[in-house]
Amino acid sequence: MAKNSRFTPSILKKAQWHMQDNQVTPEAVFRSRRQIVKAMGLGAIGASVPGYVQAGLFDLFGEQPKSSFITTPLTFQTNKYYGDTDVLTPFDKVTQHNNFFEFGTDKQDPSNNAQGYKVDPWQLRIEGEVERPMTLDFNDLTTMFPLEERNYRLRCVEAWSMVVPWVGFPLAALLKKVGVTNKGKYVAFETAFDPEQMPGQKSRLMGGGIHYPYVEGLTLAEAMNDLTLMSVGLYGKTLPPQNGAPIRLVVPWKYGFKSIKSIVRIRVMDKQPPTSWNQLASHEYGFYANVNPAVDHPRWSQATERRIGEGGLFSATRIDTQPFNGYGEFVASLYDGMDLRKNY
Amino acid sequence: MLGLLPIGYLVLTVILGRAGGDPVQHIIHYTGIGALNALAATLLISPIVKLTKQGLLMQTRRLVGLYVFAYATLHIVAFFSLDLLFAWGLLFSEVVKRPYILVGAVAYLIVTALAVTSFKALMRKMGRRWQTLHNGVYLVAILAPIHFYWSVKSEIIEPSLYILGFSVLLLWRMPWFKRRFSRKGVNKTAQKVTSASR
Repeated sequence: MAKNSRFTPSILKKAQWHMQDNQVTPEAVFRSRRQIVKAMGLGAIGASVPGYVQAGLFDLFGEQPKSSFITTPLTFQTNKYYGDTDVLTPFDKVTQHNNFFEFGTDKQDPSNNAQGYKVDPWQLRIEGEVERPMTLDFNDLTTMFPLEERNYRLRCVEAWSMVVPWVGFPLAALLKKVGVTNKGKYVAFETAFDPEQMPGQKSRLMGGGIHYPYVEGLTLAEAMNDLTLMSVGLYGKTLPPQNGAPIRLVVPWKYGFKSIKSIVRIRVMDKQPPTSWNQLASHEYGFYANVNPAVDHPRWSQATERRIGEGGLFSATRIDTQPFNGYGEFVASLYDGMDLRKNY
Repeated sequence: MLGLLPIGYLVLTVILGRAGGDPVQHIIHYTGIGALNALAATLLISPIVKLTKQGLLMQTRRLVGLYVFAYATLHIVAFFSLDLLFAWGLLFSEVVKRPYILVGAVAYLIVTALAVTSFKALMRKMGRRWQTLHNGVYLVAILAPIHFYWSVKSEIIEPSLYILGFSVLLLWRMPWFKRRFSRKGVNKTAQKVTSASR
């Protein structure tokens, strides 16, 4: 640059406002000006100024507040039977560190790309080997069954973990309502398929090469276990879309990918249903996918996990992974006589 | 200096919380891609010199190469400090047990050897052996994209593109490729620059 400018006649010199590309603020930084202001402590100055002055101040920057998905408070009872000694992972981390490839493969993609996702109206169809097939609409999801709050550990197959206060109802309650026929042996789940709203389903590059819609499955005994939760909320409010709004599965003794999000269909079947990650790489992701420190993922160890901390980057801890993610007393008997090395 | 800008951007996004609730994976991935891009830039320099006959550009190659080392070091430090949280035992067992980490570790050892011997004085002292050692960069250009490809959970388009790109950069240097190319009319002075600088 310097070399060239020596030969540039002054008449051709660019005006001062004519910025080079590399001087233009990257969009992400531009959009986070408010955070910069906050970080510099200007928020405190702003707070001492009357509201309308503040509004004017920010109008100057022309900022539109980023519209985020609206969640609403839920009514529920607290259930501490499954433990409440673990420190909860802060709301911000629970909602900004997500694997939901329908909205992109990076951890922050779902929270960035899913805020406009429409969940009302919603239809959840329960069908297959059931006596009374039914369809739940958006309001049914939070009103048909009494809700309870449970703090569950979430162990991702990628060897990180969180503790999340879910709100929901046991899947067993729903299955009892529809009545499983004596042919029903497995339960299959399916995520919404809506490429217009889910960019990961539209573009293979963004969606990580998964065959959509995402599908998951449980044995009937696993589905009927009281730990298996249909979650409609977290931290006392309805789910944000990046966490699987409006309704998702939570199976805390299995790796996170089993806990399928934004469910539109539950089908009781007489044979084992296909599951998405198993289809993609069956030697890496089994049907059962129980948390098991003794069986490594072929490309990384499952013996320990990185528990995401409450604070900054260094607040995380490396802890030993527990068999069945520490829920063995409730679920180990489901697998009596089964070789869990083979049935990973 | 330009090579440091992405790091500044990374630090900013992490501080501002734009890198997600737990940005560790993002940091590791970002610095890894940085190392790959710097490596690609290093290997692009001599073909560009050949094509444009800008011999002076050659002098930037060592600096760009050192950026590969800098980014790779950040990549590994991030993995060890932020992901493994300084668990030495885990570091060794992971390197031995996981092929993709082993491949990355080998690539890093080579890059380190190249960085350590990048001083002019050492270059003179080592003579012919210096060139032999520094041909190791071609091995790195094979190992690093494989490490990337092997490490991802499912999305293989991006790592495949890197493998393809590095294959082209390496094929470019094969004698038969050069011969074909010269038949198409690249003049001899350009060739001389290359062979002198290779």
